[in-house]
Amino acid sequence: MTEWETVIGLEVHVQLNTKSKIFSPTATTYGAPANTQASAVDLALPGVLPVINREAVLKAICFGMAVGGTIESHSIFARKNYFYPDLPKGYQISQFELPIVSGGSIRFEVGDTHHEIRLVRAHLEEDAGKSVHDAFGRLSGIDLNRAGTPLLEVVTEPDMRSPAEAVAYLRTLHTLVRYLDICDGNLQEGSFRCDANVSIRPQGQTTLGTRTELKNINSFRFVEQALDYEIDRQIAVVESGGAIAQETRLYDADQGHTRPMRSKEEAHDYRYFPDPDLPPLLIGDDLLKEASAALPELPDNRQARFVTEYGLTVAQSRQLTRDRDLADFFESAVIAAAGDAFEVANWMGGEMAAALNRDQCTLKDAPITPVMLGDLVVLMNNGTISGRIAKTVFDAMWQGDGSAQEIVDLRGLTQISDSDALEKTVEAVLQQCPSQVAQYQAGETKVLGFLVGQVMKMTEGKANPQKVNEILKRHLAD
Amino acid sequence: MPHRQSLSTLGQMLRRREIGSEELVHHFADRIDKQQDLNAFITVDTDYALQQARTADQLLAGGNPPPLAGLPIAHKDIFCTQGMLTTCGSKMLANFLSPYDATVVRRLQDAGAVTLGKTNMDEFAMGSSSETSHFGPVHNPWNRDRVPGGSSGGSAAAVAARLVSAATGTDTGGSIRQPASFCGLTGLKPTYGRVSRYGMVAYASSLDQGGPITQTAEDAALMLQTMAGFDARDSTSLDAPVPDYAASLKQKLEGLRIGLVSEFFDPSLDPDINAHVREALSELEKLGAKLIDVSLPNSAAGIPCYYVIAPAEASSNLSRFDGVRYGHRSESYADLQALYENTRAEGFGAEVKRRILVGTYALSAGYYEAYYLKAQQVRRRIADDFSQALTVCDVLVGPTTPTTAFLLGEKTTNPVSMYLDDIFTITVNLAGLPALSLPVGFDPSGLPIGMQVIGNYLDEGTLLAIGHRFQEVTDWHLRVPGEVA
Repeated sequence: MTEWETVIGLEVHVQLNTKSKIFSPTATTYGAPANTQASAVDLALPGVLPVINREAVLKAICFGMAVGGTIESHSIFARKNYFYPDLPKGYQISQFELPIVSGGSIRFEVGDTHHEIRLVRAHLEEDAGKSVHDAFGRLSGIDLNRAGTPLLEVVTEPDMRSPAEAVAYLRTLHTLVRYLDICDGNLQEGSFRCDANVSIRPQGQTTLGTRTELKNINSFRFVEQALDYEIDRQIAVVESGGAIAQETRLYDADQGHTRPMRSKEEAHDYRYFPDPDLPPLLIGDDLLKEASAALPELPDNRQARFVTEYGLTVAQSRQLTRDRDLADFFESAVIAAAGDAFEVANWMGGEMAAALNRDQCTLKDAPITPVMLGDLVVLMNNGTISGRIAKTVFDAMWQGDGSAQEIVDLRGLTQISDSDALEKTVEAVLQQCPSQVAQYQAGETKVLGFLVGQVMKMTEGKANPQKVNEILKRHLAD
Repeated sequence: MPHRQSLSTLGQMLRRREIGSEELVHHFADRIDKQQDLNAFITVDTDYALQQARTADQLLAGGNPPPLAGLPIAHKDIFCTQGMLTTCGSKMLANFLSPYDATVVRRLQDAGAVTLGKTNMDEFAMGSSSETSHFGPVHNPWNRDRVPGGSSGGSAAAVAARLVSAATGTDTGGSIRQPASFCGLTGLKPTYGRVSRYGMVAYASSLDQGGPITQTAEDAALMLQTMAGFDARDSTSLDAPVPDYAASLKQKLEGLRIGLVSEFFDPSLDPDINAHVREALSELEKLGAKLIDVSLPNSAAGIPCYYVIAPAEASSNLSRFDGVRYGHRSESYADLQALYENTRAEGFGAEVKRRILVGTYALSAGYYEAYYLKAQQVRRRIADDFSQALTVCDVLVGPTTPTTAFLLGEKTTNPVSMYLDDIFTITVNLAGLPALSLPVGFDPSGLPIGMQVIGNYLDEGTLLAIGHRFQEVTDWHLRVPGEVA
């Protein structure tokens, strides 16, 4: 039996979240009524000309810097010629021979293994419009709102060896582009789209097998499914004596399979040539400085800093930095919590994560702000409330009942630390539980927990547990 | 007779209130009507022109009017105009109404010019005779059996017949200068990027340039003053200050170094053309200019180089005419492929199809390096030749065309002979330089002869000065076809 190795390379279309289109001043808001965001330039009326959007260039530069790629001082826009009704000019403006970013890499961990996927390039191009096939009977509709939306196409070397690794790469890239605030990352709206090149070869072989290109995959889950299916298909073809045809295949998420779209022979000749309407894109120091100033702290650096600055575990800091909103929330909450990063991390990994998950809520829409969480930790740390009461307060805040202090005041949840009051409660509990007292005194000290629980129950949880412990032990020793 | 006046003179008359714009529009509209046989116009909108004229008359009455207030002009039908058809001489756009104005149109309108109509042209500016128009050929006012040149032949015929005082044109390989030469006019192709291409239907983007076709260099200066300047909507537009061209006209020619391009004075050159150009040169010498012999060794490669690059760009530029969003759409199609094929088969004429096919071939995988890339290398050599020559002289001269206006139909069956008519003009586009064509005489059959003066980048001022000084001492530019007098 031959052992097969999988080889995967990915091309991701990252939709840049610029205010206007890449070559026209038209707005790019998603979901506007059909053709209301299509100007003369987007419609490719006779005589119109493209003008490059500076913001798109800056975002591409930021990406290049973040992945350690080379920002080319001189890159070229080229025309990719083909006819399609949602491609108004009959060509797409893209970059072909000289892209804006060359090289760089994306690094990530899977478990304890470090992975580094090399990038070939990242280039700027415009998106096409959309064809609408089922709304008008036997006719098709064209919506050109999306035509001219800026894309950054990020192309990897064939460095991935499993669908899981490909998905991990995609997640890392997804985190990065959202960190950089160059893409909204919305997979449903097509802001982050993936094509995969996949081939198999016998373990140990160094040359690449014939690849197929899978198109139209728009979720991480589908990427894994599509690759799994395609790898099994390729292995089955080869093992039954067949050969893989170089072709483009479409992933059908409903059927869970891939099917041929066009073969190499049918492949378009796109007749690329430099777009004479656009001079070479020259990137000077001013643009580099501007991009560099706009560049936020990168996920890797932030993760390392969380370990050193806040004393978090690697696992905790990886969890907290996987999303820029999450990390921002954490850092704001730590400030509000007077620096208690450990406690904030616990809350975020515990109650907060659970509540978000339960209510399918994003951090931005959460009813609890970083300051509210920080204040809660402060109340706990200064002894105003116990940890147990804090959980009650958290739930109340989540329900929108106000700040931690307001809830504590309103419900009289302040911890009882008054020794006299606690002495009396302890005495009452000891009288009610003579058998447990006897057990304790016979050496079964674990019943102490039960007795503490009884005190807490009588005080509705407000007793300071440390003091209760202290007083109980003293009485039991008598 | 106001039509015998130059644009500049009419401007002065309007300012002095010796004549009104409305009156001018009536006068020229009448002339257009009477000379429809020239087929110089595709669209004439007198009502619209009168409306503009009345506004202009108010501005003129109010004092401090804009520079072109009330002057009737025409636009080559390649410039997009809101409210008037923009056909580009093609069936494909025969019904196309642009929702926006080209920058050139807007600027001229803002300067007070009155748009009388849109002039006929070779389809999509592809041609040197104005015979490839869907709206029929244009006739030369000097001899109606002859072509006016092309592709801006409608503009040239209209100005030569004084149906309008001045007109816009575009020049991709000679399309302003050659018709100006054939019609006894002054035609200026500015430096590539000097005049915005926004709203000018693209033929070959790296070569196309708009400019004026006028009776005099002074008129060309007046038009260029408004047409030129940076446009943020055209990425190839040059962000350079626009000089005062009226002041440039007054430049003296003393010490001006004029390069005689040996390749342009080949022994096979038509003797009448040769004689008149040399006569014009001696006039310039009398004005103080010095003649220097120079060479542009790669000139011969101009035509083949152009006929790779221009069709390549055109094949892509014309892809948008697919019948999906605007323009002609075939009535018979069973599927998408047929929609494209039938629409384009019906909508484009033979010369346009020929260039699309040539260009598609030149860009195809396996041929790209041999044709397109090689042509770009040749283009660089040609541009270097000019730069070299322009280090030893200020301008270069030669005839504008190898022949005078040829007969209608004479070259339609032989595209290459048609292409060769642009032999002296085409290299200038490849280099992106400005050039002016001036009337310098007539051949024995009474057809105008033109001389081309090529300048350095953005040095339109010197070209206009040469034209103006020459026209101060000659009267070739004042001669008009029989009917005009």
